[in-house]
Formats: sequence, C-alpha cells, structure tokens
Amino acid sequence: MFQVRFHGRGGQGVVTAAELLAAAAFSEDRHAQAFPSFGSERMGAPVMSFCRIDDQLIRTHEPVTEPDALIIQDPTLLHQADLFAGLGTDGYMLINSTRSFEELGLDEFVKDFRRDRLLVVPASSLALTHLGRPLPGGVMLGGFSALTGVVSLDSVLAAIGEKFTGQVAAGNVAAARAAFEFVRDEREALTDA
Amino acid sequence: MLKQIEGSRAVAEAVAMCRPRVICAYPITPQTHIVEALSAMVKTGELNAEFLNVESEFAAMSVAIGACAAGARAYTATASQGLLFMSEAVYNAAGLGLPIVMTVANRAIGAPINIWNDHSDSMSQRDAGWLQLFAETNQEALDLHIQAFRIAEEMSIPVMVCMDGFLLTHASERVDLPSPDQVDAFLPPYVPRQVLDPDDPVSIGAMVGPEAFTEVRYLAFERMRQALDVIRDVAIGFQAEFGRVSGGLIRPYLTDDAEVVVVALGSVLGTVKDAVDDLRAGGMRVGVLGITAFRPFPADAVREALDGTSRHVVVLERAIAPGTSGGIMTADIRMALASAGLGCRSVQHVSTVVAGLGGRAVTRRSLCAMLTDAADGSLEPLTFLDLDTGLVGRELDRMSATRRSGPSAENMLRDLGITASRIG
Repeated sequence: MFQVRFHGRGGQGVVTAAELLAAAAFSEDRHAQAFPSFGSERMGAPVMSFCRIDDQLIRTHEPVTEPDALIIQDPTLLHQADLFAGLGTDGYMLINSTRSFEELGLDEFVKDFRRDRLLVVPASSLALTHLGRPLPGGVMLGGFSALTGVVSLDSVLAAIGEKFTGQVAAGNVAAARAAFEFVRDEREALTDA
Repeated sequence: MLKQIEGSRAVAEAVAMCRPRVICAYPITPQTHIVEALSAMVKTGELNAEFLNVESEFAAMSVAIGACAAGARAYTATASQGLLFMSEAVYNAAGLGLPIVMTVANRAIGAPINIWNDHSDSMSQRDAGWLQLFAETNQEALDLHIQAFRIAEEMSIPVMVCMDGFLLTHASERVDLPSPDQVDAFLPPYVPRQVLDPDDPVSIGAMVGPEAFTEVRYLAFERMRQALDVIRDVAIGFQAEFGRVSGGLIRPYLTDDAEVVVVALGSVLGTVKDAVDDLRAGGMRVGVLGITAFRPFPADAVREALDGTSRHVVVLERAIAPGTSGGIMTADIRMALASAGLGCRSVQHVSTVVAGLGGRAVTRRSLCAMLTDAADGSLEPLTFLDLDTGLVGRELDRMSATRRSGPSAENMLRDLGITASRIG
C-alpha cells in the first residue's frame, strides 16, 4: 500500500487533489481511497487530505499517520504545522515552491532523507502560466508522477480531463505536464550529480 | 459499472435509481453532499422527482410523511442535531407505518458541538420503530439504499440507512454502480398499503385510546421482528440480482475458531479486520462479527455466530449509554447471549470498548493492543480506547481546587493548547 498525505489551505484544492490521485490510480485498475481531514471549513485554514493506493481492496478507515509521500501545496505551512510527522527516511516529499530546500530553511531536515526523493516544484507559477489561477492541486500530481512513478502521467492527465472541462481541463493538463517535466529534470540533475 | 467516487455521490446515484417521487431535506454536515447531488439531478431533469428544500429537519420528516401517505416513494437524509430536531416526526413515521427511507450520515451529538463521526445520533432513535441498517463500506451504503426501499415497502416500516459521516460520506472509494434497469428489476414500483386518495377518502393518524393502543403497538412490535426475515431474504435476492454480498443481518469474519470476537457496526469494521489479520499472523485466534441490522436486532443470528469457540466478546461502541455499565449495543449482545433457555455456552466475558467518539481516529495499533489484552485476560469490562487520562485528571484537579472552575470542555481544550478543533 502506498499512502500520501496532502497539506494545503482551504480553497487550494487539497481535497480535490487527493481525489484526482485516487481517480488516476483507479484508471490503472488499482484500488484507491481518498478522504479529507475536515476541521473548520474556512478558506485559508490549514487542511489535510489523504490518498491510499493498493493492488488489493483497502479496508482501513484510519487517517494516514505514516505516509510514504507528502505533497505540500502551500510552503507557508512549513513552519506552522507538524507537516513531516510520520514520514520515513525513504519517504517522498514534493513542495510547491520556487525556492530550494536550502532557501526554505530545510537543509538540516533533508540530510536524513534520500535527497532525490525530496523535491520542489513551482506549481503555483506553472498554474498561473497555464491556467491563469494559482491552483496547485492537479499540477503537483504531474510532479508527483515524475517523483514517485506510483501513477503514470497519462493517468494523472486522464483524471484531470475527467474532473474538469474546457479551458480549466486544458490548463491543468498543460501545467501538470510541465510539472512532470520540471521534476523529471530535477531528479535527473540530482541523480547525475 | 466500476467508478471511483465519493460515498455521498454513490448514495445519491443509488437513491436516484430507486426513483423517489419526493425528496425533502435540510442540509447538515456531513449529509450535505448527498442531498446537494440529488437536488442537482432533479434540477437537470435527470431525476424526475419533487425536491423540497424545507426550513428544518422537522419539516423534512413531516413532508416525507405527507408524501408517503399520498402514495409517493419518499426519501430524506440528516445527521446529528438534525435527527434530534426531527425526532417527534421520526416516531410518527414509524407509528403510521410509512415506508420512508432516510440516510443518517452518522455524527456526534452536542454539546460540546462536534461535526465528526460517532453513532450517538441514530442510536438516540433506537426505539423509534425504524429499521436501522449500518453500512461497512461505500459499496454497502449504496447497496443498502436499494435494499432499504424494498424492505421498507414490503413491511410498511421506515428504514434508516446509517453511514459513518466523513469516514464514508466524504471518502472517494471504488464502487460498483448498478444500472437503472437492474435496480428497476429488483425494486418494483411502490404500492402503498394505505394512501390518501380524494376518490377514496380515508383518515390516517387517528387518535387511538387505551382500547386499542396496546394492540397497535403490539402489531408494530411483531412486524419489526418479522422484518428480520425480510432483511435476510432481500439480501439474498440482492446477491442473486447484483452478484455481491451486501446487507443482511450479520457479517462474521474469521469467527469459526476465534476465542476473542469483536462485535462492531459500520466503517470501523474494515480497520478491525486489518487488525485481526495482523494478530492472526502472530497466532492469535481472533475474529470479527459485523452487525448490519442494528434494529431489528438479530439476536438469534448473533448467538449462533458467537456460540462455539469464542470465550471473550468485545463490543466496540461508537456511542455511550451514560448511567449504565457502558455501551448501547453491549446490552443487546448480552441479552442475545443470555436469552432464556438458549444461553450461549462458550462465552465467559463480554467487554465494552468505547472508541471513535466525535471523530477520534480508531487505529489498527490501538485495536491490536486492546485485542492482545483481551486475549490474555487483562481487558477491563469497560475501556475508553485511547482515553487521555491525564487530561481528564487535570480537569478533575481544577474542579476540586475551586468551585467556579468554569466549563470543562473549554478548560480541556485550553489545557491541550488547542484553539481550533481538528480531527485525529
């Protein structure tokens, strides 16, 4: 079972992102479960969501406490909440930022992890460019696909195409593809280094 | 057709395929997505029904009563305080014998106000005369609605389909959506036993005095017992039509040789099964008994499932019965095991474990630890799983230190340093 925890703020599409990832896994004939952790449902409040992916039926309904991957849609949460709780040293993390881990003040933290599994992607910028709005949810899943290979980019794009229509779908698809390429290049650079 | 959708959406699709003529609802978290989806379907014409956006839950059930008495298939959904607010009409629907189907998206009852899951809402209506069916998964939630209309209309008794708020209603999972043709073949059009018809006037809801009240109640009581057979038969028929096991009275899992058996309702069963698999891998003989029909309570089926190898029965409860020895379902389980002349021979202990109140996560880790205690005989008769005894103790200290210690709920939140509540 592969477990993902999403962190973001109300209005950023945190819940939608988890559902899109579940839909992408479903399209690969796998079992998936996406669910939110609702607190007070306010725009801008910290929000978590979860996605489990497995080859067999998922029976549990407990929250994800030991994620295999973290997707952090809003870097301003980094020093507010305990975002990294339960992430193992083999874990993956993707942060929506134009800055590096060093610039984010996380250089000490990343030392314990496999460096090629902790990456940043400028998802809000890519969303602004391709979509016209800084909504990082679907975009980051393109990057997640390049980072983990847990779902293919095609499945992510198909899930976006099913959820949205018209220009919103096209913009998200273009931005997710760009995020995929960005993360793929970032990984290759790290692997070569 | 297999689909990856939110539980609320799956239920809305299932309800729509049951072709209700009247849907009346007042939105309340975590039920809202179900009635939102249905109202959208009515608006687009996809579902040919009257959707009434009423001003309260009391009105929602009252409209359902009127619609059903006029011969229409009627549906509503609610949760928590909403269910309490409609309570008077809930009793009336059952007393009048009107086969309304209602989803309860299970949520805690205040105070303190809490939007998260437990079972205290539907349990509060335990004796209202409604059938209560509990869904373990979103697939079962979907399937139970289709079965519920069939059972309700066959018996002229209303049915509550209980599904865990957020845990199921807001979870996107894989479900197999039937086709409308399949549902039509399984669920015939509603033929009411009583109907308000201007061409053939009757009165429904007469005052009944001592001369017949006991008899009216007795008949309803007996009909409720007969519903056990109908629930079982409808589940068998459902399996024949749709090719999967869903609904019915009980769902045993690895109970045949189990020495410790957990009895539970709803979505926690999945997590319990995972815990049981873990413990079985270590050689522990544990099993699970899921209760799908909470009302009517399937006492005979429960006793048969538990009598054998099981020594210790652990009743996992998402609700409490204040002023008793613990849980609500524990009383039913104890009665089932001790019925006159039919006593269960093997079971030596029945324990209550209260878990998952107000959205507290029920984790596999805590369940495994609790079941290990049960197996070695150290589980107390009543346990509040993962209770923060320090937090309780500090509030007791504050209460003994000063008379005006203030509101306990706020004191305990402040103690934890929490300004806004969160799940987990």
